[in-house]
Amino acid sequence: MSKELIRLRDLCMAFDDEPVLNNINLYINDKEFLTLLGPSGCGKTTTLRIIGGFATPTSGDVLFDGVRINDVPPHKRQINTVFQKYALFPHLNVYENIAFGLRMQRRPDPKDPKRMVKIPNEEIHQRVMEMLEVINLKGFENRKPDALSGGQQQRVAIARALVNRPKVLLLDEPLGALDLKLRKDMQIELKRIQQQVGITFIYVTHDQEEALTMSDTIVVMDKGNIQQIGTPEDIYNEPKNAFVADFIGESNIIDGIMVRDRLVQMYGKQFPCLDGGFGENEPVDVVIRPEDIDIVPVEQGQLAGTVTNVTFKGMQYDIIVDFRGFKWLIQTTDHSPVGARIGIKIDPDGIHIMKKSAYSGMFGDYSSFSEEYDELDDASLVPDEEESGDET
Amino acid sequence: MKRKGTFLSRLFMALVFVFLYAPIALLIIFSFNAGSSNTVWKGFSLDWYGKLFHNRLIMQSVYTTLLVSLLATVIATVAGTFAAIGFYAMRRRVRQPLMTVNNIPMMNADIVTGVSLCLFFVAVFNGWHGFAVWFNQAQRLFILEENLHLGFGTLLIAHIGFNIPYVILSVGPKLRQMDKNLVDAAQDLGCTWMQAFRKVILPEIMPGIVSGALTAFTMSIDDFVISYFTAGSSASTLAMTIYGMTKKRVSPQINAISTLLFLTVLILLAIVNLREARQERLSARRAG
Ligand SMILES: Nc1ncnc2c1ncn2[C@@H]1O[C@H](COP(=O)(O)OP(=O)(O)OP(=O)(O)O)[C@@H](O)[C@H]1O
Ligand SMILES: [Mg+2]
Repeated sequence: MSKELIRLRDLCMAFDDEPVLNNINLYINDKEFLTLLGPSGCGKTTTLRIIGGFATPTSGDVLFDGVRINDVPPHKRQINTVFQKYALFPHLNVYENIAFGLRMQRRPDPKDPKRMVKIPNEEIHQRVMEMLEVINLKGFENRKPDALSGGQQQRVAIARALVNRPKVLLLDEPLGALDLKLRKDMQIELKRIQQQVGITFIYVTHDQEEALTMSDTIVVMDKGNIQQIGTPEDIYNEPKNAFVADFIGESNIIDGIMVRDRLVQMYGKQFPCLDGGFGENEPVDVVIRPEDIDIVPVEQGQLAGTVTNVTFKGMQYDIIVDFRGFKWLIQTTDHSPVGARIGIKIDPDGIHIMKKSAYSGMFGDYSSFSEEYDELDDASLVPDEEESGDET
Repeated sequence: MKRKGTFLSRLFMALVFVFLYAPIALLIIFSFNAGSSNTVWKGFSLDWYGKLFHNRLIMQSVYTTLLVSLLATVIATVAGTFAAIGFYAMRRRVRQPLMTVNNIPMMNADIVTGVSLCLFFVAVFNGWHGFAVWFNQAQRLFILEENLHLGFGTLLIAHIGFNIPYVILSVGPKLRQMDKNLVDAAQDLGCTWMQAFRKVILPEIMPGIVSGALTAFTMSIDDFVISYFTAGSSASTLAMTIYGMTKKRVSPQINAISTLLFLTVLILLAIVNLREARQERLSARRAG
């Protein structure tokens, strides 16, 4: 990618002494599509508002092109925002909403560079019409915002920001209010617009799938801390801790022990893997994605368990398998009936090892899938043994 | 049983309305009486209305009333609107008690407000007198007025004071209905705060401001008690003049001027209520 455009340095934010952001360090490149991803209340909007200039950080710096802009008011930043609930001006029609930013702009007169002049009406008209074309809303100029559908309001909000040709566009869950089908269409649409106008997008969402499809870089946040920064592939394949593994996609997270490099022990059995660099016999979290597990006859499997739940998902079956009290999610195209004993095989590249973290033990168990919730304390080291049937 | 019940309750209703409106009806009817009696009908005429317009005292007080009401309305509307915005920007914990403080003057008995304002003005004037005497002795450049009196100025201040809460009360809800991000959005698109206020907040809360102004104007026109205690002897509002006329011989001109006052307030109230009903319909449609 190209050069760095925005940097957040040691950013902290607190409301009434309640910390909301802790030491956020992050840089954003020019023309990058960066996504802030995290559960509700983790501080995504707050981060965006600090970048936009609507909130002042308690400590730390915001740099734009290497210049500290903490104290620059929003109207002087080359940044525009698409707000969480659009915030279109209700008393203005679509045309005037989009033209709003242009009407406010002053720029040096081409004849006399010392004088600041308004943008001429013809140019405003031309640029607004151009934008209406980009967002596919020609003919809607005279509608008031409350006479538009959610998706149309959404697109007007994007046009209203983009027409100013900002260097950076901030988008706060712009697709949150739309139904699934429209979301998918708008995701593609947004990505197209970003590539067409060639500017930086900082995008906020709590939808991991949306983040994976659209982003160049994903920043995973939780409780005001950055958990991981990386490309969608990095984040999915190499999650740093149990929180990220659980939040991005589905994961089985199992307690394990690193016997040595490239060999991990779970359930008292040893599994070859590709990771290394851990201490000998260091306790670790093992992530296994549901689609990386092969179902085989019991005697050929590395582990054996009982199917407790099967859900048909169209493309595949989601089956819950009980391995001595710890329940795994497996995605497979083969049907296995509830109650069946099955064996599983996991390829070395299907196993991802993570260091233990504060999130260890909190995620990655699918017990709540079945109607019978098993209390489990230690499922890791007892050798494989028959499990009493837990028919549902 | 049931029918008797409805009959009784209807009778009761009728009585209530008779007691409420019969005096006003009587007043209006006799304002068109040809004779000067308030009990004997002598035929229809507009004489009393004609006389009204030649009565210097009444015309003067109509002028005072309109002037003080208009000025007080304008000033209270501006001040109240900004106060409402200040309240809105505050945190809930601070705003709630302030709103209560704001509401108390509206509940307060007019006589208490009037008397206390009167005492307050007199106390301030006394203080001023001391200061002015000292100041005038100390130097000869500016000579300050030493004796201030109740009059148009104090009347105006009192009216502004009791009008502001009504404006705050009708602007506040409009602000709270407004999307919080609108101001951010305007600033994001290049507005300073003041420009955002003009271009975005003002159009959004305008209905509330107009309702507030109309209510304030009605309250001002309508007020007697507070004016009575704050206007002193040099200024007299219409209500005060009418009261003064009743102390002497009751001329049917009172009927005429009271009728006009009644109709003015009635029309203003009707406008306020109609506007409110229309806005409720509008916002219901928006929400629905
Ligand atoms: N103005 C404020 N005053 C007090 N607390 C606030 C304020 N704004 C946000 N917070 C708190 O800061 C935390 C983070 O809020 P933020 O809006 O950044 O979350 P978010 O990640 O955008 O969540 P969501 O996905 O629900 O929009 C929350 O706990 C919220 O209650
Ligand atoms: Mg948010």
